[in-house]
Amino acid sequence: MTAGGTSGCCLAGGGGPSGSPGGWAGGTGASGAGGSGVAVGGVGCAASEQEEDVALKTDAVGKTYPPVTYAVGREKVREYASAVGEEGPLHHDPEAARAAGYADVLAPPMFAVVYAGRAVAPALFDPDVGLDFARMVHGGQEFVWEAPVVAGDEIATEVEVEDIADRGGLEFYVFESRSTNQDGATVCTGAWTNIVR
Amino acid sequence: MSALEPGQALPELRVTPDKYLTYRYAGASGDFNPIHIDEEFAKAVGLPGRILHGLWTMAQVARAVSAAGEGPEALRRLSVQFRGMGFPEQELAVNASVKEVAGDTAIVEAEVVQDGRRIIRKGEAELRVS
Repeated sequence: MTAGGTSGCCLAGGGGPSGSPGGWAGGTGASGAGGSGVAVGGVGCAASEQEEDVALKTDAVGKTYPPVTYAVGREKVREYASAVGEEGPLHHDPEAARAAGYADVLAPPMFAVVYAGRAVAPALFDPDVGLDFARMVHGGQEFVWEAPVVAGDEIATEVEVEDIADRGGLEFYVFESRSTNQDGATVCTGAWTNIVR
Repeated sequence: MSALEPGQALPELRVTPDKYLTYRYAGASGDFNPIHIDEEFAKAVGLPGRILHGLWTMAQVARAVSAAGEGPEALRRLSVQFRGMGFPEQELAVNASVKEVAGDTAIVEAEVVQDGRRIIRKGEAELRVS
């Protein structure tokens, strides 16, 4: 069930999906040896002992979902920034942000999780994708930032199923998100890699 | 910030997520997966206890790396692999170093270590440095 790991709770080294956009650091090299014994957090370690030999369904690759729009609020930016330790004035003080040329408080880069994450959720739970959520772990994440996001922006995020693949007994599901602001500018793209053991 | 050189280590970021961090982050991010906020649930599914959100830990990488860049929009790209569980009330360290510099862009490698375990590996950031 696991590819070289020592228990049902372990992910063996296996590299990232080679098809992931923007270059998955580490690539496809380390199958087998690298990470054996490295426990990876996630739900349902006990359940993962169940063997399923059903061929992996990949029909959903290429499927897209309707855009999800998120209105960026000043207090949400502050709340998120504080939760991750981003205490700089640009994220909290509108006056400081305006003095730096922003219309309002600036979202930290990883705020992408907030506006794009909710657009990924429908794909995660899509029966067409067939991802077994109880055995899923978040294997990897990539974001590419292209334009700043500030309070007052409206961000629309579209998600596509980028890849579904079996690699050494592990199922890799990669979702791509593309977020654009109210002016049509791309602010962030994301590659969300989830692994089902 | 003086010019970055390949091989140069960035200042280490050490942070200890407090007992209630996962609740605040759940609210801030919208990720209420019970493995992060419900001790009993986490144990019932075989975990030692509540675990940190991987994306919170990734945000510590973003913070550590961005500090070495130029301006508030320095971070252009960040990719990580989640390879272990992080726990509240244990210090973690973001270790990052410069891999290469070309023009106004630096490529930085990073990992996150908690209690001797690398919980984020193969972090790679593209950073505007001038």
